Amino acid sequence: MSLARFTVNDTSLRLISALLLLAIWQAASLSDSALLPGPATVLRAAIDDATEGYLLSDLGYTLARVAASFVLAMAAGSAIGMLMGRSRPVDGLFDLWLVLGLNVPALVIIILCYLWIGLNETAAIAAVALNKVAQTAVILREGARSVDPQLLQVADVLRLPWARRMRRAYLPQLYPYFMAATRTGLSLIWKIVLVVELIGRSNGVGFRLGLYFQFFDIANILAYSASFIAIVLAIEGLVIRPLERRLTRWRT
Amino acid sequence: MSALDIAINRKVYRTGGGENVALADLAFTVPQGQFLCIVGPSGCGKTTLLSIVAGLDRDYEGTVAPARPERIGFVFQTPRLMPWLTARDNVRLALDPPPREEGRAEALLREMNLGGQLDSYPGHLSGGQQRRVALARAFVNEPELLLLDEPFTSLDAPTAQRLRDSLVTLWQRERPTVLFVTHDLREALSLGDRILFLTAGPGRMVLDMPVDLPRPRSPDGSAVEAARKRLLDLYPDLLRGLDTKKDAEDAA
Repeated sequence: MSLARFTVNDTSLRLISALLLLAIWQAASLSDSALLPGPATVLRAAIDDATEGYLLSDLGYTLARVAASFVLAMAAGSAIGMLMGRSRPVDGLFDLWLVLGLNVPALVIIILCYLWIGLNETAAIAAVALNKVAQTAVILREGARSVDPQLLQVADVLRLPWARRMRRAYLPQLYPYFMAATRTGLSLIWKIVLVVELIGRSNGVGFRLGLYFQFFDIANILAYSASFIAIVLAIEGLVIRPLERRLTRWRT
Repeated sequence: MSALDIAINRKVYRTGGGENVALADLAFTVPQGQFLCIVGPSGCGKTTLLSIVAGLDRDYEGTVAPARPERIGFVFQTPRLMPWLTARDNVRLALDPPPREEGRAEALLREMNLGGQLDSYPGHLSGGQQRRVALARAFVNEPELLLLDEPFTSLDAPTAQRLRDSLVTLWQRERPTVLFVTHDLREALSLGDRILFLTAGPGRMVLDMPVDLPRPRSPDGSAVEAARKRLLDLYPDLLRGLDTKKDAEDAA
């Protein structure tokens, strides 16, 4: 009997997968609950942090930093990528820069930003955005290269004004690339935000994790991590997926 | 718009080291409202000619007046619909400003028996339906000049004929000047007021001939067949270089 004959739908499969993970966690915690507190302990820690601690405000700070650097990186990266994908000279001129941008370690950019700009919010957000710009540019450059000139020619024949030409003929061709950049961007950015907070901020999830690390407080470390992962999953499910469905409705 | 005056001395494509002369010494005038067919083998520069008339290509020696006609309709060899727009929105795209209420776009689509597919995406339409949408898009802004580049190839004969009938009906009602490019002599005889014959490499005019057969005509009708025979008897070399094998396949 093949697996394909099971007709389990997507949602229940996801649920089973999550429960399985919890069960493994619970089982593993039984051997040494100091090193790995079980799900119940972590949940209690999270509730305490949320009601009496700083969990909610820390999540707020971190989310705000993620949002700001995400918007900056997407805007700058998309513009650079589209320009490079469209023009060979621009591409040739800046290709090396992109390779450099992709390969400079995040930590180096963070440290340099703090040293050059100062230990402040601007430096933190700039550091995160800079880490993502090159990746966005590379993805959107690929998109701009694959744009179908025949459809743009239709826009020319119809004498579409610039804004409509972009919205109706050019940008829709890039939607899959925007979505790819968004996905990889979110997961990259929130990880880097935590490092930025650990090194040079006095609030946010990263800062608090650093604190709990010094106290060897594993339950709270897990509580903070799980809370933030839950939020990222919610953004994926409530914002990104519906958006993607809307943008690719015509394919179904 | 008054008459269309075309005088192209030379159109050259630069390839690698060499030059490829696409069009040479091509001069003719098309009176307002005339249905002009242009017949020639592949590689005779028919598509290039349309691009120049449409104002998409300005890299040529000569003059075309008016240089950039205000309202033109263009039907390409493939439908070139925006896959992310519904049939209705594809047609509305040509209207400025884009209408919010039902109007000419919907009326044209209904006239072409697409009333049930107004909100379908091109991916859900058959090849014939897509071409009808493309034809509606070309007519929707009441063009003074309509350019068609072998628009009905790769369709089965009955579908192609229905589309030709729609085209002639719309043309008779709205009287745009039409430049219709084809490699099919029967099609040209069944549609045009006048036929220009071009040779290949470089494209030059070899014959400028009025067609005064009574309408309606059919490409398989006896009048068209007789005219075709007469023409080939007079000018046996006229169709040399035309892709007759492809014609045979189209007919089959």
